[in-house]
Amino acid sequence: MLKVHRDICGYCGCCVSVCPEGALELIDAYLSVEPNCTSCGICAKVCPLGALEVVNEK
Amino acid sequence: MKNKYDVLIIGGGPAGALAGRTAAEKGLSALIVEKRPAIGAPVRCAEGIGQEALHEFIDPDPRWISAEMHGAGIVAPDGFLMKLESEMAGGKVGYVLDRKFFDRELVWKAAEAGADVAVKSRAAAPIMEDGLLKGAKIEYCGKVTNVKADVVIAADGVESKFSKWCGIDTTVPVREIMSGVQYVMANVDIDPHSTVFYLGNDVAPEGYLWVFPKGHRTANVGIGISGKKSGQGHRAKDYLDKFVKKTFPNGKTIEYIPGGVSVCRPLDCTVADNFLITGDAARVVDPLTGGGIYNAMYTGRLAAEVAADCISKGDTSKKALMAYDKTWRASKMGKAIERNYHIKEYLIKQPDAKLNEIIHSVSKMNLKEFSTISLIKEIIRVNPKLMLELGALAASLR
Repeated sequence: MLKVHRDICGYCGCCVSVCPEGALELIDAYLSVEPNCTSCGICAKVCPLGALEVVNEK
Repeated sequence: MKNKYDVLIIGGGPAGALAGRTAAEKGLSALIVEKRPAIGAPVRCAEGIGQEALHEFIDPDPRWISAEMHGAGIVAPDGFLMKLESEMAGGKVGYVLDRKFFDRELVWKAAEAGADVAVKSRAAAPIMEDGLLKGAKIEYCGKVTNVKADVVIAADGVESKFSKWCGIDTTVPVREIMSGVQYVMANVDIDPHSTVFYLGNDVAPEGYLWVFPKGHRTANVGIGISGKKSGQGHRAKDYLDKFVKKTFPNGKTIEYIPGGVSVCRPLDCTVADNFLITGDAARVVDPLTGGGIYNAMYTGRLAAEVAADCISKGDTSKKALMAYDKTWRASKMGKAIERNYHIKEYLIKQPDAKLNEIIHSVSKMNLKEFSTISLIKEIIRVNPKLMLELGALAASLR
């Protein structure tokens, strides 16, 4: 699943623009992740700050 | 906020403000909704704009001009500085804005013209009736209001969602998102009247790093790198921190701004029934420079003009609104985007050695007209063989 490191996130919306599922939304200073996120990791790659991480569920 | 407007505008940046102002001036009822609690903040921008581009929309005001630019510099990967100066007397070629106050001024003008404005108000979903867009659900402090409109204008920026909810794919390809960070820095040794651009694969892979003066010893110091080149340990912030440590060791960061800028082609179609898409949401940023303020204002104004015309004729179908899409594509802006897209695609493929060669070929340029295209033409004039490498694009540059 996608983990948002809220202490690092600068709520800029860069990730929202590249999400192929439309699963991210920037609500002012809060990045929301919808259940249709596929954990593809594209957002984590482009984040300028490194605030997003795909973590494996066990 | 009323329950029905002629035009509903999603987003209170430059595109939304110009759309709102223009719609109101045309005698339409208009509402601008801005999800953030303040217009103009947070800034997601390097804040540069050309002199002529700004003057087309508004006369400069010292309240929101941070600095006047008289020239520019491009630093090659090997550190060589090429200076660009204007032949024009006086030499003023552009401005670095203070977007917090600039955006506020644009929205104030829209309000003054008669547009309604709602802040901390988010378009949470479109209102669809019989498969047609009829407005949006606007969320304010936990309360949802249905706002109907004959035409909805999306001006919701790089993180645009509204178009996606209406079935239009606005996803930016990974290689064509500029992943960026900017620091507003104080106590830096800079030329207060010159922008400087740094190129090179070690400095800013498939992008550039900029120093845009904000006044005496203060500047926007920022970077954009291709999303393709971004990853853990080599993100935009890593590159910027490396540069700042080396170049401005005594600088103090007074603002920290991450952001994304699309450098892809514009959306295939920027209209649908009762719907127009403008500015960054339409992906009309200049793909070479990453500049979007002018393009946002231009498309925002045009969208409202076309909306007003179509509303007066009682036909706001996609077919009728297509006049907007066709007009901006055929405009100077539309043509510049297409041309600069090709130039960008060429330049990002060049190794540092080639960039050094190009930049060294001209040590100082005096441009008649201070623009990206004049710069490209001058570079080609001294490097005639570039004409061949640029292929089909060359004809449009002659």
